[in-house]
Amino acid sequence: MPTFTVRVFRGTAKGGDFQDYRVESDEGMVLLDVVHRVQATQANDLAVRWNCKAGKCGSCSAEVNGKPRLMCMTRMNLFQPDETITIAPIRTFPLIRDLVTDVSYNYEKAKQIPPLRLKPPEPDGTYRMMQDDIDRAQEFHKCIECFLCQTVCHVVRDHEENKKAFAGPRYFIKIAGLEMHPLDTLNRTPFYRDAAGVGLCNITKCCTEVCPEHIHITDNGIIPLKERMADEVDPIVWLLRKFRGGRKEPA
Amino acid sequence: MATTQYETHEHDVIIIGAGGAGLRAAVEAAAQGVSVGLICKSLLGKAHTVMAEGGIAAAMGNVYPEDNWRVHFRDTMRGGKMLNNWRMAQIHAQESPERVLELERWGALFDRTKDGRILQRDFGGHRYARLAHVGDRTGLEMIRTLQYHAIHQTIDVYMECTITRLLKDGERVCGAFGYWRNTGKFVVFKAKAIVLATGGMGKCWKFCTNSWEGTGDGVTLALDAGAELIDMECYQFHPTGMVWPVSVRGILVTEGVRGDGGTLKNSKGERFMFKYIPEFFKAETADTEAEADRWYEDKKNNRRTPDLLPRDEVARAINSEVKAGRGSPHGGVFLDIASRRPADYIRKRLPSMCHQFKELADVDITKEPMEVGPTAHYMNGGVRVDADTAGTAVPGLFAAGEVAGGLHGANRLGGNSLSDLVVFGRRAGLYAALYVKNLGGTVTVDAGQLEACAREALAPLERPGGENPYAIQTELQETMQALVGIIRTESELREAVVRIEQYKQRLQKVGVTGGREYNPGWHTALDLYALLTVSEAVARAALDRKESRGGHTRDDHPKPDPKLGAVNVVVRRRQGEMATALEAIPAMPADLKGLFEEKK
Repeated sequence: MPTFTVRVFRGTAKGGDFQDYRVESDEGMVLLDVVHRVQATQANDLAVRWNCKAGKCGSCSAEVNGKPRLMCMTRMNLFQPDETITIAPIRTFPLIRDLVTDVSYNYEKAKQIPPLRLKPPEPDGTYRMMQDDIDRAQEFHKCIECFLCQTVCHVVRDHEENKKAFAGPRYFIKIAGLEMHPLDTLNRTPFYRDAAGVGLCNITKCCTEVCPEHIHITDNGIIPLKERMADEVDPIVWLLRKFRGGRKEPA
Repeated sequence: MATTQYETHEHDVIIIGAGGAGLRAAVEAAAQGVSVGLICKSLLGKAHTVMAEGGIAAAMGNVYPEDNWRVHFRDTMRGGKMLNNWRMAQIHAQESPERVLELERWGALFDRTKDGRILQRDFGGHRYARLAHVGDRTGLEMIRTLQYHAIHQTIDVYMECTITRLLKDGERVCGAFGYWRNTGKFVVFKAKAIVLATGGMGKCWKFCTNSWEGTGDGVTLALDAGAELIDMECYQFHPTGMVWPVSVRGILVTEGVRGDGGTLKNSKGERFMFKYIPEFFKAETADTEAEADRWYEDKKNNRRTPDLLPRDEVARAINSEVKAGRGSPHGGVFLDIASRRPADYIRKRLPSMCHQFKELADVDITKEPMEVGPTAHYMNGGVRVDADTAGTAVPGLFAAGEVAGGLHGANRLGGNSLSDLVVFGRRAGLYAALYVKNLGGTVTVDAGQLEACAREALAPLERPGGENPYAIQTELQETMQALVGIIRTESELREAVVRIEQYKQRLQKVGVTGGREYNPGWHTALDLYALLTVSEAVARAALDRKESRGGHTRDDHPKPDPKLGAVNVVVRRRQGEMATALEAIPAMPADLKGLFEEKK
């Protein structure tokens, strides 16, 4: 079995350093398995956040050789045997310990988004939606909240001062999903212009590149929001859009 | 007042667990105007509900107007080999359609029928296409919907907080003791009512579909607080988990693959399920491949494919094929949808499966078959509750979702778990709030109990040279896999009980280093107590059920025994020792009984 050196950050907000561990990898293993093997045999207290180990919960985000990714979806055959693999905590959020960061920024931003405001139902008390009209919003609902897009976004990555008025790519697609929801009746433009700061995004698409769910965050989510913001000077245009429901925007 | 020594939060109702059941309970309790605290072992939105794939079962009749709650009730009872609590099965079948529509009103976007209603898909044991779904990521849609609905209600959310003990004031519960994962500091929750929504115990086995959280915490908390457990022996092994590579062995492969046309084959290419149709399901199951294939399109004139027999039947059949030497190269069988459905259809219906197999096993499921085999999946039994109120035997303590037993009997049908979460999550939240309103007065937390909780939790940190907690965990998982797996015998179960006793002794000597801040070694040491408790409960209950029924198969008692079909194995803690008893299941009223007689 190939043996790797994993260079893992160990420490807290007070300080720390990278530490090397020599570890064997069995066929088919992912990086999270290797980290768990280190934890079980060499460093019981190595802090790592994870849940499903199947790419569905979005808990095990880290920066692997400098690239933000899910450890559970990083196959070891991606690396050369004997290669040193550097694993650091995601950078944009305050460190708690080792590979675990304080992601509460994201939960605060989530809470600020005005929720769905439902339109009245059909006469039979239920709702009808056509598949074509929900395809785009369903794409945004695939988000597993791994916050990789948040950590890679340069608006906040090295700019703590921007966090106050910037929600980040994850929440732009959350907002876009609500705006394109066929049953929604609320206008969130003032919110995403002012409080969520969508204008700060300059479309470098870093978020889209790291998304493990391959959501077209920039093209399908952020750009339509920016366009609506521009249209907003004309309330008739907004009303028409609401009236038409969640039709797809051109990508 | 001892509580001032620890960070203390006070609520009318606390809910332990923030998956589907916990979130739904929190929303309902908050709607009743009581103060609610929601405690998550992980971050909000990461609970195991997120992994549910296939769908939520509800007899809405959108695809087959013939469907109604009676048919769903009958399917659920028969799937559970009639061991179910009939009243829970009735409530579940009656209320699940409204719970699905409610999710839609809260923003969930289910896949649609051509006329714009919620589409429903076929699943094992369900007579009609009944599962509302979003591709194969229904659980994600459900937890996000509930999560984003809940954060706008008056609910205090406590994330990454593990509860180690429930606190008692006389017979009643009065709170819970736990620690923050981040800091390792202790925290006390004072509450008049507690809802357990902690999910299952898959981590007792080596190969399972569960995340690290599935350590049986809620079952253990309830048992130690004086509640009763039922049907612990009927643990569900899902027939289709990934088998290769070894590092992903156990990860769930949705039953939706078979619901959407996939079929199981052995190494000779035979669709072997036709050989395993039990007498109980013969009348409603296709006995030729032609009829089975026609059934997908025309359910009125054809019987269901045996690929979609209930999970216990399919898991046992796969086990037998592998044992007979007709397995796939890595010890499973083949699940083939590639040769049966167009690639576009597979990608649209099963995007997560395509992604999972491509990324983790280099298999393109639109071109080649998957290799699958049974994996520990779901706790059919659990804490015994009152069907209507979700209340346990302990005043003030409620339980809902996987942690509660009764609804599923000896075997759960796919899709019935997501509906269970919202139907009984809502009821638990409602009745916990009503209990608080009727209770009046205050509850008192006893200082001595808090000190005992703290001492117990700190013990592993005071033995830095002690045994590695991960080593005990691994050995337990291997023991449970080998001796308390799909097929059981008396001698192996006895051996398991002996070994679990040894692990309990070793747990007293377990030690960790590295302090209290986000220390997974310490967390694992503390989780071991629950893992060992629930493992013991399963092994002891399995010894008592000397028959084969649903998820429980005894090699030495291979047939069902009608006498045992009328009882639950009940587990209690008496003077510190685990005790089991056989107790009659509630009798079904005549009008519901009739549903089974006329269809024979």
